[in-house]
Amino acid sequence: MKFNSVMKSGLAALMSLSLVACGGSSASTSTGGSATGTAAFKLGGTGPTTGDAAIYGQAVENGAKLAVEAVNAAGKVALEFNFQDDQADGEKASTAYNTLIDWGMQVSIGATTSGAGQALSPLFVQDDIFAITPSGSSTAVIYQNTETNTDPYGNVFQMCFTDPNQGVASADYISANKDLGTKVAIIYRNDDNYSSGVTDKFKEEAEKANLDVVYTGGFANGTTDFSVYVTAAKDAGADVVFLPIYYQPASQILAEANKQGYTPTFFGCDGMDGILTMEGFDTTLAEGLYMLTPFAADATDDATVDFVTKYKDAYGETPNQFAADAYDAVMAIAQALEKAGVSATDAQADITAALKTQFTSMTFDGLTGTNVTWNENGEVSKAPKAIVIQGGAYVSAE
Amino acid sequence: MKLLKSLFNQHTRSRTVTFALVIAAYFAVTALKASGNMTRMVSSLLVPVCCYIVAAIGLNLNVGFSGELNLGQAGFMSVGGFTAAIVNGLTLSVIPNDIIRLILCIIAGAIMAGFVGWLISIPVLKLEGDYLAIVTLAFGQIIMSLINNLYVGVDSAGIHFAFMTNTLSLQEGGKMIVSGPMGVTGNTMISSFTAGFVLILISLFIVFNLMYSKEGRAIQACRDNKIAAETVGIKVSSTKTLAFVLSSALGGAAGALYMMNYSSVAATKFDFNTSILILVYVVLGGLGNMTGTVIATTVLVMLPEMLRFLSSYRMLVYAIVLIVMMIITNNEKVLSATESFRRKMKKKGA
Repeated sequence: MKFNSVMKSGLAALMSLSLVACGGSSASTSTGGSATGTAAFKLGGTGPTTGDAAIYGQAVENGAKLAVEAVNAAGKVALEFNFQDDQADGEKASTAYNTLIDWGMQVSIGATTSGAGQALSPLFVQDDIFAITPSGSSTAVIYQNTETNTDPYGNVFQMCFTDPNQGVASADYISANKDLGTKVAIIYRNDDNYSSGVTDKFKEEAEKANLDVVYTGGFANGTTDFSVYVTAAKDAGADVVFLPIYYQPASQILAEANKQGYTPTFFGCDGMDGILTMEGFDTTLAEGLYMLTPFAADATDDATVDFVTKYKDAYGETPNQFAADAYDAVMAIAQALEKAGVSATDAQADITAALKTQFTSMTFDGLTGTNVTWNENGEVSKAPKAIVIQGGAYVSAE
Repeated sequence: MKLLKSLFNQHTRSRTVTFALVIAAYFAVTALKASGNMTRMVSSLLVPVCCYIVAAIGLNLNVGFSGELNLGQAGFMSVGGFTAAIVNGLTLSVIPNDIIRLILCIIAGAIMAGFVGWLISIPVLKLEGDYLAIVTLAFGQIIMSLINNLYVGVDSAGIHFAFMTNTLSLQEGGKMIVSGPMGVTGNTMISSFTAGFVLILISLFIVFNLMYSKEGRAIQACRDNKIAAETVGIKVSSTKTLAFVLSSALGGAAGALYMMNYSSVAATKFDFNTSILILVYVVLGGLGNMTGTVIATTVLVMLPEMLRFLSSYRMLVYAIVLIVMMIITNNEKVLSATESFRRKMKKKGA
């Protein structure tokens, strides 16, 4: 026991000091503020801005910030925005959430990732705060009973498709476009909620649509050598490889396929988004990669062009689907707040109730879809779009 | 007088200091909470801090006191946590009292993790040093993979298990407790800071009692020189097993408390990184030093959250602080300076 008592008491004093100190302070990285002089709604959100999934969190933060600026500039509703890092982890997310509660959050864009979102949903109910997640696509984010998808939380909504819907839509798209290929191999991450959720529904729908699934390979988190899976898919004669996974492992699969000279059509879901901005990745490998995502940065409608230009000016890169979903989530909240006619000084219960009424009755036109509606469970209804990577950019597949 | 002496003699002084520190911290925090001066953010950290402290105390018993490098403590937390979730799901309708159910969950988690620890100790403790570390690491991964593919549901007909694919078809009113990679969902949150505090006291009590007992001395003897210990008639394998099982049981109890603090926890939470994190708390606190472990764990769990005002530089600063802390607490000069300072104080006092 070299660690002597002087040191101990010193540390103990420091600890208690830090406890007391944090009693008073609440740090924030807030942007925006009241533009018109009326009280601003405090809008919070969490997402991974550090760690493995940082691209998603940063995109959501950036997209949401742009939307907050646009809303404040329009002057109808005033928003103040605070985004906290949750490292895509439930424990960290709940601390981040409580940091936001200390700050005075009144409405939220939830958590960026599903795992963190699942941990937060009961907290939103407990504090009676309305949340709409841009990208937490798991059914467990909005339903308490994940077996039957019943018993919804009620005040947690989704801007993106649920995982099962992505699987169904992907299978439908592949079977409708026979030129992509007819023999499907699936390589998915079997210990990941998102990936296995999409895969299950894809297989179910593929059976209905008479798609020929010739190979299914599940890998675990941390796998670095994908040669086994790629070789198996190649040997099975697959000409479409469905990758319902995040972009990091997908990039390694693409590299491995390139090494083996295997050139099927690769098809991903929204988790694939971000592959072009990944550091150290040769984007030529992603050439011809299809993905199902509600947003294509090359679309020529005014709203998209305007958003992409602003985003590029502010952050120097092309926005991905996460940024667009976050932008839409904030815009939808602003629209609902405006229509409901609530003010930031109203009671929390009134704001939440008004938002719920608005969201289940309104139609929203945004970057990720037009005529977007929500049911009372919080599920979104909008049309999916397929995009393909050409010349190092996302291009609409239609 | 005799009591005072027994509390503050050379062997037991650190024990008394540890208990006093933990109890004082508990009352300080409770008072702060009652006065309404504690932010939601800090109060949401209290239970996880308690969990990591208990897990770290358990690991320190294994790594510091018994000298076996274990890289799988998160695996035991996972076993304890998921056992607790299942027990909670089963007893939810039978036992309406949250406190009794929480105690039941923690006990079940500790027993299950202890049992798994015992099973693993049979092949594992034949190994030493690096080999042991690698096997415990692999074990942690195996537990994570198993639970990631586990489906558990409960309905009126009882409990149902499935593996790899979800083949459960529950009756009306049935509920999934563990759904594979999604982990535990819709768990009722029943952990409290007081429960965490009591759990820390119990684990400190167990560990200190073991340390100053005959078995404790036997464990130390095995750590310091296995052959010499054998020659004096100590059964090395059973002695090491004792420390290993106790360590894993404490990990399980910590996991149970952790699980009951969140509505949803996935198996991937208890991965290799978490094991390493707990090991970091132990190493910074000092091997075999329980007071140090309690303090180091508290500081290191709180620190990244306290640094939130730094926004994007948060994790960078956290890493730097961690490195500086490791260097300072192990610096010969710093150690000898504090040592001589302490001697001076003693002289003055005498």
